[in-house]
Amino acid sequence: MNFEATPIQQELRELTRKFARKTIAATVEQDEQDGTFRPETIRELGSLGLTGIPVPEAYGGAGMGYQDYIVTIEELARVSAAYAISVAVTGLPQVILSIFGNEAQKQKHIPRLAAGEAVGAFSLSEASSGSDAASLRTTARREGEHYVLNGTKLWTTQADSADIIMLMARTGDPGPKGISTFIVEKGTPGLSMGKREKKMGMHISHTMELVLNEVRVPAANLVGNEGDGFKIAMTALDSGRITIAAVGLGVAAAALEVAANHSRERQQFGKPIGEQQGIQFMLADMAVKLDAARLLVQRSAWLKDEGKPFSTAAAKAKLYATDMAMSVTTDAVQILGGSGYTQDFPVERYMREAKVLQIVEGTNQIQRMVIGREVHQTREF
Amino acid sequence: MSFFLGFSDEEKLLQETVRQFAADHLAPKIEKLDEEEGFNRDAFRVLGELGLLGITVPEKDGGAGLGAVAATLAFEEIAAVDASTALSFLAHSILCVNQIAANANDEQKKKYLPKLISGEWLSGMGMTEPGAGSDALGMRTKAAKSADGKSYTINGTKTFITNGPVGEVFYCYAKTGEGKKDVSTFLIDRSMKGFSTGKKFSKMGMRASPTSELVFDNVVVDASARVGNEGESLRMMMRNLDLERVTIAGISLGIARGAIDAAVAYARDRKQFDKPIASLGVIQERIAEASAWYDACRALTYQCAKMWDEGKLVGKEASAMAAKAKLTSAQMATKVGLECIQILGGYGYIREFPVERFMRDAKLIEIGAGTNEILRLIIARQILGDAANG
Repeated sequence: MNFEATPIQQELRELTRKFARKTIAATVEQDEQDGTFRPETIRELGSLGLTGIPVPEAYGGAGMGYQDYIVTIEELARVSAAYAISVAVTGLPQVILSIFGNEAQKQKHIPRLAAGEAVGAFSLSEASSGSDAASLRTTARREGEHYVLNGTKLWTTQADSADIIMLMARTGDPGPKGISTFIVEKGTPGLSMGKREKKMGMHISHTMELVLNEVRVPAANLVGNEGDGFKIAMTALDSGRITIAAVGLGVAAAALEVAANHSRERQQFGKPIGEQQGIQFMLADMAVKLDAARLLVQRSAWLKDEGKPFSTAAAKAKLYATDMAMSVTTDAVQILGGSGYTQDFPVERYMREAKVLQIVEGTNQIQRMVIGREVHQTREF
Repeated sequence: MSFFLGFSDEEKLLQETVRQFAADHLAPKIEKLDEEEGFNRDAFRVLGELGLLGITVPEKDGGAGLGAVAATLAFEEIAAVDASTALSFLAHSILCVNQIAANANDEQKKKYLPKLISGEWLSGMGMTEPGAGSDALGMRTKAAKSADGKSYTINGTKTFITNGPVGEVFYCYAKTGEGKKDVSTFLIDRSMKGFSTGKKFSKMGMRASPTSELVFDNVVVDASARVGNEGESLRMMMRNLDLERVTIAGISLGIARGAIDAAVAYARDRKQFDKPIASLGVIQERIAEASAWYDACRALTYQCAKMWDEGKLVGKEASAMAAKAKLTSAQMATKVGLECIQILGGYGYIREFPVERFMRDAKLIEIGAGTNEILRLIIARQILGDAANG
């Protein structure tokens, strides 16, 4: 077993770190306050080769693995969880099309997304179907060479900036087998943005309601076959869980860094607070949890890269890494005390960002369900 | 909600009154005020009309003549709707008004209490400094006595002061000697020359309770502004911190109750997999656990408040009991807030529902009025005695 980063991973880390700490960091605090998303940041990340890391070179990707991909996601998340998510979400249509798309779809869409010239989105949830995704109600009816889509989607990240949205709609009977996946392109008539959610955090990342009113998409935009949609969405979420877990790593690492620095500098009772056992032990627990989470995330990425089953491992990584991020960021606020509660320091932002990671890409309740089912059938541990 | 302690008829009436006040004057405004970092100034005029701004002040001084149980109850009811207003109300009524009534002379009472109790003036308390948080006695703000003894010149900076940006009067502590314990108290008016309130902090939560620094740049105050004897404020400062901790636990209780109520309503209403999520084991467990911890903290907090009112809590035991009530309630509220967001899922993360606000507000109480860490230290020292000091 080898725990060292490969030269490629080291290079990716340096490249991402430099861009994130120079360019993204310059505006991130203000943009979070204002809720400003900068599509040009995605283009710049694309020009550095960072928006299509795990897709084949033949389609303009970097042809690397998830073990490499998570390095970049984590580094972005240390500065801005929102841009880490943005890259991950732009990655989802690429992953879906790489696996399920036909040649024409791959050639038409992946290169633009991989180059950061197009922003991607993934639209599954609806008002009444969250964890119970298979009950979604948006419909797609076939009319000649088109499908006509009607309904309202919820919680679609960056739909307002997206050029390409992977959207799940019902083409058949109720239940998972009646769902299909469509490529919906920006500007398609009948597609409009509903409200933008006001959230607890992650304001740079816009969470959109999506309204579909007689949206006609070419039949060629159906991904796979009719009825494949649920399987496609679940496959995408399996991979997505690895990247969300990596976002958790980045947010937690950033929080731990701030907390550790603060505990060295802040003096109370005539000595640095880091010399108080209570603070030392908190920091120790934070560091252990971060390490443990990182190993889980790396293992899930390795399994995926090796082509082995990784679904449960990804659920474990997502569950643990995001719970870890919540706890580490909460403790970081506590270590900074009053300062940690103000917006003069970034830790309260990290804490607000960590919370959503426990909800997206399958709530952590759903992860436990996935893991619990597997454990139920396992006889030896 | 019934409760084994049994509130007096007077306290039950108070609970009803405050609940109605919160529904009428706070509920319609808090979402916007939280977003815009505003302040519900009007609410304080109404609290004044209700006679609640001097809730612990004896009736002979124009107050409501109630105690810690009543104050905690009032804060809980308000915080269940709007924790920011509860916090500003506490800073005003417990940290300043209560202290003036308890420690000031007749002249000072006459000057301040009527306007503070009517709500014409708002107030706060100044103790924490940039370099003196948990280490409160490390404060550096100095009050230098003039040669003739008729005035003091105050220099220094207080920070994280609730109501700083909106208060007219501040009950402030400053050093009048070189020793750690040479602490004196001064009543500071906003209009005093050289006094300013520094920048307003943008915060994670409690955003409708304004917080700022208090800056003293050669502020000359008349000796008549000093409360009590010079250098003898430490004991009353500590005693007030104990009362603050008992009553602020009420804010944590209110926050938790508000979050639980929202989560329960959602769990009953929300259907996934063709049934209410309230029928799912994990949701039931989370709600059961939250409710159990809420009740446990509530029992401890009101027990503590009642003992306070009966004069049974004094000295180190009072400090330890108050610390226990506040430590457990504050941690409980943050934990319950986080869990309740999780029950609502995506809806818990957005501002249309109050749960994420409750969680953001809850976190403050683990920091303000004594961090968890300091409270554990106080409890440990009381239990371990001299051995705790090595």
